[in-house]
Amino acid sequence: MIDASQCAFDAREPWHLSPLVSLRDEEFGAMAYHHGNRRLVFLKSRKLVDVVRELHEHESADAAIDALVGDDDHAQYIAALASLAKSEVLCVG
Amino acid sequence: MSANSSLRNRFERGLSAPICLTWELTYACNLACTHCLSSSGRRDPRELSTSEAKALVDEIAAMQIFYINIGGGEPMIRSDFFELIEHAVSRHVGVKFSTNGTRIDAVAARRLSSMDYLDIQISIDGADAATSDKIRGVGSYASARRAMDHLRDANFGQFKISVVMTRESIEQLDEFEALATSYGAELRLMRLRPSGRGVDVWDELHPTQQQNRDLYHWLLERPNVLTGDSFFHLSALGAPLEGLNLCGAGRVVCLIDPVGDVYACPFVIHDEFLAGNVRDAGFQNVWSNSSLFKSLREPGSPGACVSCGSYDACRGGCMAAKFFTGLSLDDPDPECVFGHGEEALATKRLQIIPKPSPDHSRRTSVSIGAR
Repeated sequence: MIDASQCAFDAREPWHLSPLVSLRDEEFGAMAYHHGNRRLVFLKSRKLVDVVRELHEHESADAAIDALVGDDDHAQYIAALASLAKSEVLCVG
Repeated sequence: MSANSSLRNRFERGLSAPICLTWELTYACNLACTHCLSSSGRRDPRELSTSEAKALVDEIAAMQIFYINIGGGEPMIRSDFFELIEHAVSRHVGVKFSTNGTRIDAVAARRLSSMDYLDIQISIDGADAATSDKIRGVGSYASARRAMDHLRDANFGQFKISVVMTRESIEQLDEFEALATSYGAELRLMRLRPSGRGVDVWDELHPTQQQNRDLYHWLLERPNVLTGDSFFHLSALGAPLEGLNLCGAGRVVCLIDPVGDVYACPFVIHDEFLAGNVRDAGFQNVWSNSSLFKSLREPGSPGACVSCGSYDACRGGCMAAKFFTGLSLDDPDPECVFGHGEEALATKRLQIIPKPSPDHSRRTSVSIGAR
């Protein structure tokens, strides 16, 4: 069982795409498949896919969003990344 | 796995590659289940060779298909079975395979346990030998249980117990759940389709309206029970069940049969739903360019369901269930929860019902002197 506290998404931390996840681009965004927990997750915009692919190049999720997305959408992207972290698509550190 | 309605509309127009690709490795089978959806029994001499099968795996990997559902026939009968699944896993293509368990002894169980990216589904059709063997043959339940014991003893981890819901097995849901729990296994329930030899038993074995309603509520309370989106026609009863809740045929799903023929879904092995063959121009070409698949990705017509307020929930149900009961594809599902399918069957069923095209059932009688 995963402890709820471990699922909490802290955007000040550095995050990256899990090495167990394959991403496949589609017109609507991408599909992510986690080979460990066998879950399929849908990324519903191209921009979100860009952010996920480039997360590891930034010192924090906040920094990645600042660099790739406008301020107006910041909260929306935090929510999307938090959801991906909960599905174990993203790893911290 | 869930999808909002805009995403579902997108899926209905097709994807760059399937989400769920089923590959029947062989038509050969050592059992003769009465409901076999691929009419399996005898090996087809045109079966893909080991090198052809490996090349297909490489193409599947290149298309970024995350995993393949391997079935048959009994896939473990192929002498290159392990070679093929190990090749798939080495290409990071996950393997989920369905088996009757007869070939899983202690040695095979240890070999399977040593592999990553592998899921095993063992099929039974009752929670006891009497119920299951009626469908799958005498001794089959005991074989399946032995395979489960071997996987447990080899510390395989969480395998799946797969059950087709018939009028009898559907009365044993709690027993299946208890059996799965006793092995630390997952339970997977599938809909009985009138496909393959299933066409001969569907009338007497498909669940009643009340049984389907009870199943819907049972599943709603158990989101962890797997269904492979099998029961989306029941989502018309209210809250949607887990899954994409759409007919994925030729859109997000397809079947490659043992000789490389590509069909729209595992339940429509019939010339009318044959999109092409992987030997001709490769699988990617069939998936992207087949005129059949292109037509399936056109916006569908609600047909006879147009005036029903639940069309958005069930999308008219399963194409295969309609086709093999003699209904039109824009008729209601024969198991429509509001009874519209039964009305359609009553008025239309005088027509000739299509028989599955390739039939690999074992011949039950051999003429004298033939061997």
